[in-house]
Amino acid sequence: MSPDTASDTQAAATAPGGGTTTMTYRDAMRAAIREAMQRDPRVFLMGEDVGRYGGCYAVSTGLLEEFGPERIRDTPLSESAFVGAGIGAAMGGMRPIVEIMTVNFSLLALDQIVNNASTLRHMSGGQCGVPLVIRMATGAGRQLAAQHSHSLEGWYAHIPGLKILAPGTVEDARYMLQPALDDPDPVLIFEHATLYNAEGPVRDLAGDYDPWRAAVRREGGDVTLITYGGTLGRTLEAAEALKEDGIAAEVIDLRSLRPLDDATIMESLRKTRRAVIVDEGWKSGSLSAEITARIVEQAFWDLDAPIQRVCSAEVPIPYPRHLEQAAVPQPGRIVAAAKATLGRD
Amino acid sequence: MAPDTHKPRLSRAHLLEVLRQMLRIRHFEEKCAELYQQEKIRGFLHLYIGEEAVAVGAMRALEPEDAVVATYREHGHALARGVPMTAVMAEMYGKAEGCSGGRGGSMHLFDAERRFFGGNAIVGGGLPLAIGLALSDKLAERPRVTACFFGEGAVAEGEFHESMNLAALWKLPVLFICENNYYAMGTALERSESQTDVHLKAQAYGMPAEAVDGMDVVAIEAAALGAAAAVRAGEGPRFLECRTYRFRAHSMFDPQLYRDKAEVEEHRKHGPLVRFLGWIKEAGLLHQEDVDRLEQEIAKEIDEAVAFAEAGEWEPVETLTRHVYAEEAAS
Ligand SMILES: Cc1ncc(C[n+]2csc(CCOP(=O)(O)OP(=O)(O)O)c2C)c(N)n1
Repeated sequence: MSPDTASDTQAAATAPGGGTTTMTYRDAMRAAIREAMQRDPRVFLMGEDVGRYGGCYAVSTGLLEEFGPERIRDTPLSESAFVGAGIGAAMGGMRPIVEIMTVNFSLLALDQIVNNASTLRHMSGGQCGVPLVIRMATGAGRQLAAQHSHSLEGWYAHIPGLKILAPGTVEDARYMLQPALDDPDPVLIFEHATLYNAEGPVRDLAGDYDPWRAAVRREGGDVTLITYGGTLGRTLEAAEALKEDGIAAEVIDLRSLRPLDDATIMESLRKTRRAVIVDEGWKSGSLSAEITARIVEQAFWDLDAPIQRVCSAEVPIPYPRHLEQAAVPQPGRIVAAAKATLGRD
Repeated sequence: MAPDTHKPRLSRAHLLEVLRQMLRIRHFEEKCAELYQQEKIRGFLHLYIGEEAVAVGAMRALEPEDAVVATYREHGHALARGVPMTAVMAEMYGKAEGCSGGRGGSMHLFDAERRFFGGNAIVGGGLPLAIGLALSDKLAERPRVTACFFGEGAVAEGEFHESMNLAALWKLPVLFICENNYYAMGTALERSESQTDVHLKAQAYGMPAEAVDGMDVVAIEAAALGAAAAVRAGEGPRFLECRTYRFRAHSMFDPQLYRDKAEVEEHRKHGPLVRFLGWIKEAGLLHQEDVDRLEQEIAKEIDEAVAFAEAGEWEPVETLTRHVYAEEAAS
């Protein structure tokens, strides 16, 4: 496997000669919803305060005026009922986008997601699919304390029957929705709440876009940093800091948490022989544990050092800024973990 | 809703105390808004301005051994329950001297000693807890009340309906107090409920329930006293729907695209303080000097609370993983 293969992952998505626009993550998400609604009359958006309020993170601002209250549907505070209604509507032939304000409130809809959305196809012997998209914000970092700071996408990635996407760049925020809607099965999209204001480039893509493959966001030969979503930025910062110390870190953005793109991870490890996994979720029983296990199963003999994990401290997220920041992964901890794999400090 | 003509006879001390509590909350909240602009308070901040009469009136019906469960809009409830303003303000800052050790912030004020079981930030999340607190009193045969405050937005949640049923079915000593301010974030009540008379939902579960003028602190106190007495006497749960209004944004992030400024202004004219002050002055029960004196005392109390919070300590990072499990060994 040549080291160049990794960059092909990115290159595959580039339209030759395509233009690039700069926008915010929030605007990218809104553009994706608009486009999907214009394209397909079966698509509608429903959730709490998506209409008149304009979306709790202002993603859907202006869409009510454009598409009307039937298709931009404000719901009462009834997460279980409207997520279930989304599942039913998908079975009935619609293509719903259900917005749950945050992953924290998705816990009130867990029964519908885990007992219905993920199982209906199987229980019905393949007769009933659920082509549904559920979007929600996730993550800590805004001093919202324990009940509003969960990172539970890894939990959802535990469930067969669900697919999980986590756009970590503005470009992915712009493009991941359509393939999620095109998918015959339920797809959950996790948008890290600290990303909505982030600005970034969005290339014009010529249809050749695959959200299910991991992307190599930075190439390097010394250590592989594996992350996604909200911690991608901090991981790239860490990679930059490592460069100062003469360490070339490769950064993999998982993008899809289920299915996981094992091939891209193992390919990188064959080159770097060292892995650090960065995840805002807690360590115990987690996505980072799953990735660790897969590396051990598939690339054990390629490793030169124990795998390192940089995750959130095993504590509900506290309110004060200094404690919250200490609880979640930071560039400094990522740098230290990467150096540890190289036997340096 | 009864007009103001049915005011019971209240002592001067009683009136002063009610006014004092409402003013304390109003000015505390105004201070918090200021401190939020200065980034002393962070995260979500939900102000209670406009709704003071509900917490102040209802809390007067409670005894020290009763329990209180509230939402993320709970600063007023904590203050009216007697949680010291210093400890509340320190919590807003996230300082170790705060009433939740700084861990909770604005949405999670706790004070076990005063049986104040939190600010819950999941809509509807407090109701089942209140049921359980009441169940423990029932099982232990303690004549206590658990007061559970929540917004009208919560009545759309399954947890509301499950709790109504359990409370009524098991005749649990809960006093439910729905603070109907007509908006759940940007969603007006009539856009989210097929039945907008919220108390009828409780009645449907066989629970005595009534609507109360939530801008009239005296009416709320009277209704709460009656309801709490019935609950304490073992007659099962009671439900009060207090019709009020939120004068400020839902939180500090809310641009309020969903309602007219004129609507807010109209409600302000009939706010709980305007109403109460108008009544007591007109009836000659209190005088401007009384109000001025209260204002001065409260300004001082707030200054002291801010100074206390400013002087407070940040918990050291070394203890980050404290309070996940009990610190005493299992017995
Ligand atoms: C289960 C759940 N869903 C959504 C939210 C986000 N949210 C917080 S407050 C709120 C509005 C609640 O309105 P209401 O119950 O009327 O209380 P108010 O804020 O008006 O006091 C919403 C939607 C939440 N905290 N919990």
